[in-house]
Amino acid sequence: MSIPQFLVHSPKDNVGVVVVEGLKAGTEMLGVVTENDTTLKLTAKHDIPIGHKVALKPLKAGDTIVKYGEDIGKMVGDAGEGDHVHVHNLKTKRW
Amino acid sequence: MASKYSNLTFKGYRRENGRVGVRNHVVILPVDDISNAACEAVGNNIKGTLAIPHSYGRLQFGEDLELHFRTIIGTGANPNVAAVIVIGIEPGWTQRIVDGIAKTGKPVAGFSIEQNGDLRTIEQASRRAKEFVHWATELQREECSISELWVSTKCGESDTTTGLGSCPTVGNMYDKLIPEGIHGVFGETTEITGAEHICKERAATPEIGERWYKMWKAYQDDVIEANKVDDLSESQPTKGNIEGGLSTIEEKALGNLEKIGRTSTYIDILEPAEAPAKGPGLYFMDSSSAAAECVTLMAAGGYVVHTFPTGQGNVVGNPIVPVIKISANPRTVRTMGEHIDVDVSGILRRDMTLDPAGDALIDMIVRTANGRNTAAEALGHREFSMTKLYRSA
Repeated sequence: MSIPQFLVHSPKDNVGVVVVEGLKAGTEMLGVVTENDTTLKLTAKHDIPIGHKVALKPLKAGDTIVKYGEDIGKMVGDAGEGDHVHVHNLKTKRW
Repeated sequence: MASKYSNLTFKGYRRENGRVGVRNHVVILPVDDISNAACEAVGNNIKGTLAIPHSYGRLQFGEDLELHFRTIIGTGANPNVAAVIVIGIEPGWTQRIVDGIAKTGKPVAGFSIEQNGDLRTIEQASRRAKEFVHWATELQREECSISELWVSTKCGESDTTTGLGSCPTVGNMYDKLIPEGIHGVFGETTEITGAEHICKERAATPEIGERWYKMWKAYQDDVIEANKVDDLSESQPTKGNIEGGLSTIEEKALGNLEKIGRTSTYIDILEPAEAPAKGPGLYFMDSSSAAAECVTLMAAGGYVVHTFPTGQGNVVGNPIVPVIKISANPRTVRTMGEHIDVDVSGILRRDMTLDPAGDALIDMIVRTANGRNTAAEALGHREFSMTKLYRSA
């Protein structure tokens, strides 16, 4: 299998993690769900640094973000499929 | 049941109390900050000794003072230490620390500065330290079962790759070695925030889980809620965590908890720097998430090898315990590879699975226990940081 550009922990997740350096907007990405080894395809809409998250589907402000199959916070802005998801549009629900 | 890990052995130093160390330090321990200079002078006079200066030890009281004593005594008592010189400003607290360390049966001698001055103290302590070095350097390593190893863990400068690669590698190691009878420990009370529901469930019994939850909640209420000025921005997650792609404390906590693997349950909750007393198994230590503080507390609890997953590249070490760095971040391995002992970046490329990654870490733990210096040791990282509970009197 070729080297994936992003990994997803759980099939329940709505974000993945970019695992290659220098990812450019427009890249046709291969993703792997580590829990069950299934693959998915996605087009990056932004230049996303290694380790940062990518939206697997369109997300709206208020949506719960799921990673590891668990709630990690809520969107405070919108993101389209393939967009960068980070502190500019995602925040903990705790504080 | 015997596994391929049951016959693993390492060569360690068996101490007077039966515990096994993997290093053979003669340490010069100050009771208090103002005795650092004398300790460092002794450390400089007598080659093969190691002074461990620190910032506290005066006018502490109550639980904070107890933690100070527990940390200093635990450091001297750690089996990686062959013998100890203790120097304090006055004889009372100095003797208390000497007596605490002496319970292990190892050679320990105390010196106090008042009515002697630094120079006479340094001379007397140096003569004794020299005797300790001659004695300690004749000790021989002997073959020991893997079950006699105490292995701690705490991650640092985490990012999303720690949750994907380096933390699960530590978890895989614990899944394989805890059943073989090692002592393990994880901690970082604040960093469980966001995954506390999962951590509570990983206790060996519901009663232990309830005790864990009370401890976590007390920290949350008494420290975080009492002192926070905002949402802990840039502290939890840290600037480095955010640079590495972690957005929320929940995301960080879930990655952190990957360190305890899939099968182990923790059997007790330790106070900071407290030695485990319920036998082999996994423990939780109530501790800061700051790297040097946490490793210092776990070393004082008696752990002799530390496994440290890092994403963005935390460079921490410890004066008496070898700290093994594990990273899955290819950029960190490329740009600061001199700090990394175990490269598991293949997990991100999907050309390495967790099973061989865990085996690679076990191999490095055994080699380190046998004497291989870690990256942090070779680079001279000896961070020793006391945890302070509140202001001194």
